[in-house]
Amino acid sequence: MAGGGGDKFSVLLPTYNERENLPLVVWLLARTFRESGNNFEIIIIDDGSPDGTQEIAKQLEKIYGSDKILLRPRPRKLGLGTAYIHGMKHATGNFIVIMDADLSHHVSLYFIKQKEGNFDIVSGTRYKGNGGVYGWDLKRKLISRGANFITQVLLRPGASDLTGSFRLYRKEVLQKLMEKCVSKGYVFQMEMIVRARQLGYTIGEVPISFVDRVYGESKLGGNEIVSFLKGLLTLFATT
Amino acid sequence: MTKLGQWLCGLSLLGSAWAVLALAPPGLRLPAPYRQALLPLPVYLLVAFGCYSLATVGYRLATFNDCEEAAAELQEHIRAAREDLGRRGLRF
Repeated sequence: MAGGGGDKFSVLLPTYNERENLPLVVWLLARTFRESGNNFEIIIIDDGSPDGTQEIAKQLEKIYGSDKILLRPRPRKLGLGTAYIHGMKHATGNFIVIMDADLSHHVSLYFIKQKEGNFDIVSGTRYKGNGGVYGWDLKRKLISRGANFITQVLLRPGASDLTGSFRLYRKEVLQKLMEKCVSKGYVFQMEMIVRARQLGYTIGEVPISFVDRVYGESKLGGNEIVSFLKGLLTLFATT
Repeated sequence: MTKLGQWLCGLSLLGSAWAVLALAPPGLRLPAPYRQALLPLPVYLLVAFGCYSLATVGYRLATFNDCEEAAAELQEHIRAAREDLGRRGLRF
């Protein structure tokens, strides 16, 4: 059965030193979309990775075709927000998927189907349903739940997981939000959801499994916590 | 209004209501038992909120799912991906 009915999904993949993970993510995405019969494209926005990410991306483009894999690199590390803006300029889909290229978000068919709830935004959550994590020790889980609790109390965002970055947006919704959001880094992801609620957009949630980085190191030190709190308080005072 | 604004408004409203009722001048006071209950109310509420927070975070920590299946499935996917891409000519 042909799925989608005219919908096309543009996946924005900002990458920096993801040479190991990129082929696996692309393979999983391609397979997921093919199985669900949806039209798709994957836009790889590499910020001048020194590890050969672009070289691998070019090979993937040859394998999957340049209509499916779009290479839109940038000269150096310029930040997540601008990577999305840059990627969106080249997106021809009416739905945009934003996700990390580090394989920490388990791509699943379910997620794509969920958009049928006609939501403006679909966000992955680790905290509800059978969503969860793998390979986290008690300390990390405690910090995560504690931070999320504070976020819920202060921002009342209407979504259970704000710091996950596995999301599906209608293209025009994402464009509107990108205009309004000013934060940097992952606080920007949080701001998107808060602003989306204020603008009256509907947000659906899908449980996701957050499997710890397959290759590479995960960052969660004291610095991360401090900058998270700073970002949270900024959002508290400005949104 | 920002969230901070909402909090400040809400807290000033509750704060002034409490101050008026609990700290009123002699002529306008409520009967003593009411005032005795009202006076420490802010502290009680703070402590109650603290307990609620601990209980909630504790519960959520305890019910935080571990995705064994997803991890195993991911490993399987990685294996399949490497094999398939290798066949299609990808040089890792």
